[in-house]
Amino acid sequence: MPTITLNKTELEKLIGKKLPLEQLKDRISMLGTDLEKIEGDEIHVEVFPNRPDMLSEQGFARALSSFIGVKTGLRKYNVKKSGHKVIIDKSVTMRPYTACAIVKNLRLTDEKIKELMQIQEKLATTHGRNRKKSAYGVYPLERITFPVRYEARDPKTIRFRPLGFERAISAAEVVELHPKGKEYAHLTAGWTKYPFFVDAAGKILSLLPFTNSHDTGKVDEMTKDVFVECSGIDLENVKVALNILVTMLGDMGGEIYSLEMAYEDKSIKSMVTPDLMAGKMKVDREYINQRLGLELSDAEMKKMLERMGYGYEKGMAFVPVYRADILHQADLMEDVAIAYGYENFKESIPTMVTIGQEDQAEKFYEKLRDGLVGFRLLEVKNYHLMNGVELNEKMMEKGKGIALLNSLGEHNHLRHSLLPSLLKNLSDNKHHEFPQDLFEIGRVFFADAEEETNVGEEDRLGIVVCHEKTDFTEIRQILDALLVYLGVEGKVKETKDPRFIAGRVGEILIGSKKIGVIGEIHPAVLEKWGITVPAVGMEVDVGKMLELAQ
Amino acid sequence: MDLNSLIAKLHPLERAVLPVLQKERELSAIARASKLDETEAMRALQWLENKKILTLKSKPTRVLVLGVNGKKYQQEGLPEKKILNVLTKEFQGMSVIARKANVSDEEVNACIGVLKRKSAIDLLKGKELMAKLGPQGDTYKQAFPEERFLKRSFPLPFDSLTEEDRLALDDLQKRKELVKVEEQKRITVELTELGRKLAATKIDGDVVNRLTTEMLVTGNWKKKKFRAYDVEINVPRIFGGRKHFENEAISYIRRIWLDMGFTEMTGKYVQSAFWDMDALFVPQDHPAREMQDTFYLSRKAKLPKLWEKIQKVHENGADTGSKGWQTPFSKEETQKILLRTHTTVLSAQTLSKLKKEDLPAKFFAIGKVFRNEALDWKHLFAFYQVEGIVVDPHANLKHLKGYLREFYQKMGYEKVRMRPAHFPYTEPSLEVDVFHPVKKEWVELGGAGIFRPEVVKPLLGFDCPVLAWGQGMGRIIGEYWKMTDVRDLYKNDVKQSREMKAWLR
Repeated sequence: MPTITLNKTELEKLIGKKLPLEQLKDRISMLGTDLEKIEGDEIHVEVFPNRPDMLSEQGFARALSSFIGVKTGLRKYNVKKSGHKVIIDKSVTMRPYTACAIVKNLRLTDEKIKELMQIQEKLATTHGRNRKKSAYGVYPLERITFPVRYEARDPKTIRFRPLGFERAISAAEVVELHPKGKEYAHLTAGWTKYPFFVDAAGKILSLLPFTNSHDTGKVDEMTKDVFVECSGIDLENVKVALNILVTMLGDMGGEIYSLEMAYEDKSIKSMVTPDLMAGKMKVDREYINQRLGLELSDAEMKKMLERMGYGYEKGMAFVPVYRADILHQADLMEDVAIAYGYENFKESIPTMVTIGQEDQAEKFYEKLRDGLVGFRLLEVKNYHLMNGVELNEKMMEKGKGIALLNSLGEHNHLRHSLLPSLLKNLSDNKHHEFPQDLFEIGRVFFADAEEETNVGEEDRLGIVVCHEKTDFTEIRQILDALLVYLGVEGKVKETKDPRFIAGRVGEILIGSKKIGVIGEIHPAVLEKWGITVPAVGMEVDVGKMLELAQ
Repeated sequence: MDLNSLIAKLHPLERAVLPVLQKERELSAIARASKLDETEAMRALQWLENKKILTLKSKPTRVLVLGVNGKKYQQEGLPEKKILNVLTKEFQGMSVIARKANVSDEEVNACIGVLKRKSAIDLLKGKELMAKLGPQGDTYKQAFPEERFLKRSFPLPFDSLTEEDRLALDDLQKRKELVKVEEQKRITVELTELGRKLAATKIDGDVVNRLTTEMLVTGNWKKKKFRAYDVEINVPRIFGGRKHFENEAISYIRRIWLDMGFTEMTGKYVQSAFWDMDALFVPQDHPAREMQDTFYLSRKAKLPKLWEKIQKVHENGADTGSKGWQTPFSKEETQKILLRTHTTVLSAQTLSKLKKEDLPAKFFAIGKVFRNEALDWKHLFAFYQVEGIVVDPHANLKHLKGYLREFYQKMGYEKVRMRPAHFPYTEPSLEVDVFHPVKKEWVELGGAGIFRPEVVKPLLGFDCPVLAWGQGMGRIIGEYWKMTDVRDLYKNDVKQSREMKAWLR
């Protein structure tokens, strides 16, 4: 989630009220942003991804000002017609949508320009999903001749000077040379043509989704009027992005002008952007009151919604144009709850009766633990993920465990057995006192085509006993004692298993059902783990054990 | 302490050394006189020192000690002396000499040089080397200084050597494993006032150390005197079996929810993106679904029929009254297999099986969830979540706050606060903080909310308020045991596990 830094003095000016520090902290938290810290004049806040409109100082101040009751209700923004046009060429199939606007009479300081850059970046990271869904550009209007064209061209045929570069380069080189080209190259894999904004005089404004041109796309302190463009793969997404940007510029004192978006392929009929007509949603007062446990009257409902920047009239909410997260009554309900104040909900527990019921397997595992600690075994808990070497080479086995696709760490396989985990424990504890008699109840994984996920899961009990004088008899005694404790009869039948010494390993049977394995760990295995004290062990399927014990 | 009770507590080893302390002052002498080996004698002396009966003094000294061959020759005599003994005035072949003297060929070769230098033998070179007694032969036959030297009692203090000893030593030191000079601590004893009194007292050695079955059967014990122990000293530690400390905490948390009438949910760790994400209305391009956040497996899930319904909910809201995400839904994405990222997946599966007549119903789960992280002191790739849902047509936000406050009070936190937050599957969404009674600040513990209709309606078949939470547990548990490194939870260090304080809440 993006963190933004706000200037306290500036924010107070925008809100129109000065709050004591503690109250300011509290209000920021209770509005629905995560306050990280306030240091001097700097406020660090984490903005949740459903509220990209609060990524800018203006947007944040707008929301806070309503919330504390200074300036409530729907904000109105005037949009004048510019009479200009942006032509969207049929060729931009790779990023087919754009929504654009003009904002005039800005007084841009160095600070404001930085903010403008910051909001574009943060918005493209969150709302634009790292530019994959959409990306944005702001250009000085004075250098542009309308109509502007949005079209795809072969980058090898175009030379321009990207932002931050001393000279013009081929557009094809941007991917390799420009920092933003390198960063977002993966978004354009397989493209032979790239989308460009080009003005009527043939000047390149920008190469998408990478960079503006230095000559026509660099905003500075002399800039008063700007052209704003939001382009991407999702029409709703670019329209909302444009609304967020122009309302922010409007709050900075700019005048907003619309542009006609002419889609040459007529897939979208003539569209004028920005569209700052508030959306409408009927308010289901009963639903909201019931879910929140409140009894708000119509007037109170109006007050709550207005505190969150909505307009309200006769059961109808007017949704601000910069909000993309209002899908359902439930979303209005949340905003009403925030306006009411989460701290004002009085907690209660209803007097309804339900009977608690524990999971049978979990209950059985608790019983097992009780029994095993009585045999003086120490319980361990290991990760379900291990590395392939631990599961195979170190156990004299091959191809065991299920590999993960994308593990960032060295733990990259789901384990198939508890014994590797337990041997790892012995290996890690060599410097401690013996005997080391350990057990674990935990899950293992294996391929199973019957399952929805093609992965089967089983809970197992693993035991290892490790000291100078241990032998098969000792682990067999533990098994027998455990079976007596569970009231079942079992037996051991000789088997072969490379993890154990030949002739000292058996499978554990209850009736004719095989539930596990028991034996003396092979010295070759101990050697691989660097264990220099003899060890014996067993592993059983406790799910089956439970079934057979009942 | 009075003398009698002091005597009653004396260990048999102490009883053995005490009588000789009148005469002997040096450790090896004390050991010899009391017929103990030196380590036993030393232990007894240390115990006596602790009881202020004597003081031990240790002074570094240079001593001569015998090597392996030195010890052998001390017993058997030097091989050159043995050879000398079998020589006569007539020349004899070397092999004959070796056999008669019972020494090895190697030893013969070493001795020839020594004896020749002393003019004790004459040699004659021929096909085989021959030897007979030399001019000094008879003198050395009588008395061999090196051998006399070896017969002394070792370790021998270096300071006590005479001029003659040093000459013999020079010769012996040249040979393998005979004698060597070592730095040793010479330990001597000085009796205290109390010690002198005790040493002068007659100590009855006949006390019983252990009560035996034989004594009980014969009734012999009636005539015996039992040695008193020092019951105040430390004894070697033992360790019983134990549950893993984290499981003690989990049992407690399970108990809380069961007591509040919740039914336990369990389920698989490996899940499809369908259940873990899509059924919970997480948009398909949500950042949490990316490879660097979630563990994926290279398999494809079989989907339940429900998926088509969920697809429509994502695309346009279907019959939920929602607009949906207004973006195309990918079947490939929903078929991905992953390690569950939250226990909320269990809640989704539970809802899908619930019927109207089962309501109201409450469920909880305590389970592991996975995030693609490399391990370090503050990150684990798997951790526990405490999940809960309340499916009740009359449930509201106040109840959610009520249940969570009840839980946290039982966990030892009096004050609970809720702040607005954002999760794709709840509306309203809240972050739960508890007030830390020691640090005096709010600590964030997890998320909660009321499930969105886009989640509830397709799974349950009808809309109904479902209160839901997924709380982290690591922080509370780590805090109880004052852990500063989260990896300590699963270090499985046997010392740590054996000595961990029990969960006493």
